[in-house]
Amino acid sequence: MSASMQELASAKYQYGFTTDILMEEFPRGLSEDIVRLISAKKSEPAWMLEWRLKAYRLWLRMEEPDWAHISHPPIDYNDLYYYAAPAREQPKSLDDVDPELLRTYEKLGIPLNERAALAGVAVDAVFDSVSVATTFRETLSKSGVIFCPLSEAVREYPELVRKYLGSVVPMHDNYFAALNSAVFSDGSFVYIPKGVRCPMELSTYFRINARNTGQFERTLIIADDEASVSYLEGCTAPMRDENQLHAAVVELVALDSAKIKYSTVQNWYPGDADGRGGIYNFVTKRGACRGRDSKISWTQVETGSAITWKYPSCVLLGEGSVGEFYSVALTNNHQQADTGTKMIHIGRNTTSTIISKGISAGKSDNTYRGLVKILASASGARNFTQCDSLLIGNECGAHTVPYIESRNASAKVEHEATTSKIAEDQLFYCRSRGLSQEDAVGLIVNGFCKDVLKELPMEFAVEAQKLLSVSLEGSVG
Amino acid sequence: MLEIKNLHARIGDKEILKGVNLTVPDGEIHAIMGPNGAGKSTLSYVLSGRDGYEVTQGEVFYNSQDVLALAPEDRAAAGIFLAFQYPVELPGVGNANFLRTAVNAVRRKRGEAEMDAVAFLKVARAAIKNLSMKEDFLKRNVNVGFSGGEKKRNEMLQMALLQPGLAILDETDSGLDIDALKIVADGVNALRSARFAALVITHYQRLLDYIVPDVVHVLVGGRIIRSGSAALALELEAHGYTGLEAA
Ligand SMILES: Nc1ncnc2c1ncn2[C@@H]1O[C@H](COP(=O)(O)OP(=O)(O)OP(=O)(O)O)[C@@H](O)[C@H]1O
Ligand SMILES: [Mg+2]
Repeated sequence: MSASMQELASAKYQYGFTTDILMEEFPRGLSEDIVRLISAKKSEPAWMLEWRLKAYRLWLRMEEPDWAHISHPPIDYNDLYYYAAPAREQPKSLDDVDPELLRTYEKLGIPLNERAALAGVAVDAVFDSVSVATTFRETLSKSGVIFCPLSEAVREYPELVRKYLGSVVPMHDNYFAALNSAVFSDGSFVYIPKGVRCPMELSTYFRINARNTGQFERTLIIADDEASVSYLEGCTAPMRDENQLHAAVVELVALDSAKIKYSTVQNWYPGDADGRGGIYNFVTKRGACRGRDSKISWTQVETGSAITWKYPSCVLLGEGSVGEFYSVALTNNHQQADTGTKMIHIGRNTTSTIISKGISAGKSDNTYRGLVKILASASGARNFTQCDSLLIGNECGAHTVPYIESRNASAKVEHEATTSKIAEDQLFYCRSRGLSQEDAVGLIVNGFCKDVLKELPMEFAVEAQKLLSVSLEGSVG
Repeated sequence: MLEIKNLHARIGDKEILKGVNLTVPDGEIHAIMGPNGAGKSTLSYVLSGRDGYEVTQGEVFYNSQDVLALAPEDRAAAGIFLAFQYPVELPGVGNANFLRTAVNAVRRKRGEAEMDAVAFLKVARAAIKNLSMKEDFLKRNVNVGFSGGEKKRNEMLQMALLQPGLAILDETDSGLDIDALKIVADGVNALRSARFAALVITHYQRLLDYIVPDVVHVLVGGRIIRSGSAALALELEAHGYTGLEAA
């Protein structure tokens, strides 16, 4: 590929700029001292530091998982920075936020000024290792909703954090969860009290900016009895030649009749057309439906990252609880995605729905990996799974790996899977009506994903549609 | 004006069109009839630029533009419209969205202003009413679950909205009930003007009672072997294609 073509290909990632501000960074590498430094930086209580150190020692004895259908050169964990944050004092209110940062978020389409903000959406803005602003906190606190950086919650709401942190994703769960437990820097904390329907959409916008820095955010959302909340996360990063690690943990807890809807539009830098650079997105997301008739719904649109390894899951404990997973994973060029879900049915009459749409283009590899596990206790459990793959071109791969384990004879599990190519007649039909080849592909792909996109909050569905089209540019013809 | 000169085309190694010559002046409607497998659909695909249909010889001009040099979408913008014999389903793609995207794509290429959702809906509703279609057609996915006749009407809806200068109707009448047939004919007749021409491919003289053609051509074995007035269609109806080939 010629140099100018390359520029063209990479220019399509419109969030690839860097923000030039003074940063505070800890020395490279990982040790107990670094863990202590992070904890001290955040003025954490002793129990939190102990928890981190325990996780760190555990992590030292663990090994990176190798079962996923992905490959990458070994990661040198001692060559990374584990903490990077704007050097300026952490702002107390929106007025104190560094204008350069405000401009950054503006450019990303996330104005932090409450007057300019998207109506009805509160935002927590995380920049590298820290939360730099959280909007509409006062509005929310009127209804008792807590929405703040996790680091603040550790100090302000220790009972809640101690009770729930690590209760859904234990630190020993997997290699990256252990790493995250040791070094997590910031992320969002949400608590919706009994009977409260959160009056706004909540969202966190993650931005990686610093070089050679891992981002290890951690999010904890608790919906108490009969509470409900819709939460959305977005992510972008600058274009860099090196790979950057993002190892997050998200834990959701839904109590009796509570509902949590968690949506992700993941647009980390995917690397260039030749596979140089891009984020390694190794994420553990899990929700526990602890209460009866509770519901957790994951919706994800994954278009970015060089490698995506994530399986947002639901543990369905409460009788009659409901788990949902709606996913679009699009890979182009040299991207690799191994993503799916786990639905663990423990309570009686629990139901789960899995709709996965994988789109592979270029030389990419896209795997759906899903587990539906029905325990002996889960009488009357139901699962429906639909996995569709769409291939664009002849050099990409699509794989579907469903695991089903049922130990209760009254359970019903249905699985449907299809693999297709964008049909020549569909493209020609669109083109004969005046659509360019690229517009035609965008339209057909968006149609293919419709069942998932309709689960997203309106404003974000439109955004996601555009993102899908942009991510596929240059993949056909 | 459409001019097709000595057009040869093949699919893979198989030559299907073997020297088609045809001129359709603006303001005229020509019918093409011919047995199954004669190459009628092939001709319509070649005119609209489908991949895999290789032109080995000949030329096609529409309003003096070299049609064969244009991409399918540019032919659409130039005013060529094909109503498909087998309209294609687009799962998950809403009809209204598809139609508006198409209309605006063509308008952009023609240097006209795009239509916003409100303006478009007004035009689309009027067109739907003219075709006696139910309004929920706009909400459904393109051709998915449409009956055969509904698909054909949907093609006519697209034609009405895209306002072509040259319409090629490939067996649009097949599968239509008698009322729908009249509606389709009304749709075509409504477009008749000094700046509109049409090629109507059909097996049945019945359609030509409603869309009266200026010329009828008979395509057999990849060539037009006879052309004549509307009366030729009646003759074909009575005697079939057999005696013609020798003539
Ligand atoms: N993709 C293809 N590969 C090989 N042969 C093809 C292909 N498409 C069409 N043909 C052949 O080309 C010939 C002409 O087909 P075409 O569809 O143009 O006929 P037609 O005149 O439209 O027939 P009908 O009246 O049945 O619609 C037929 O013999 C057909 O089998
Ligand atoms: Mg045909």
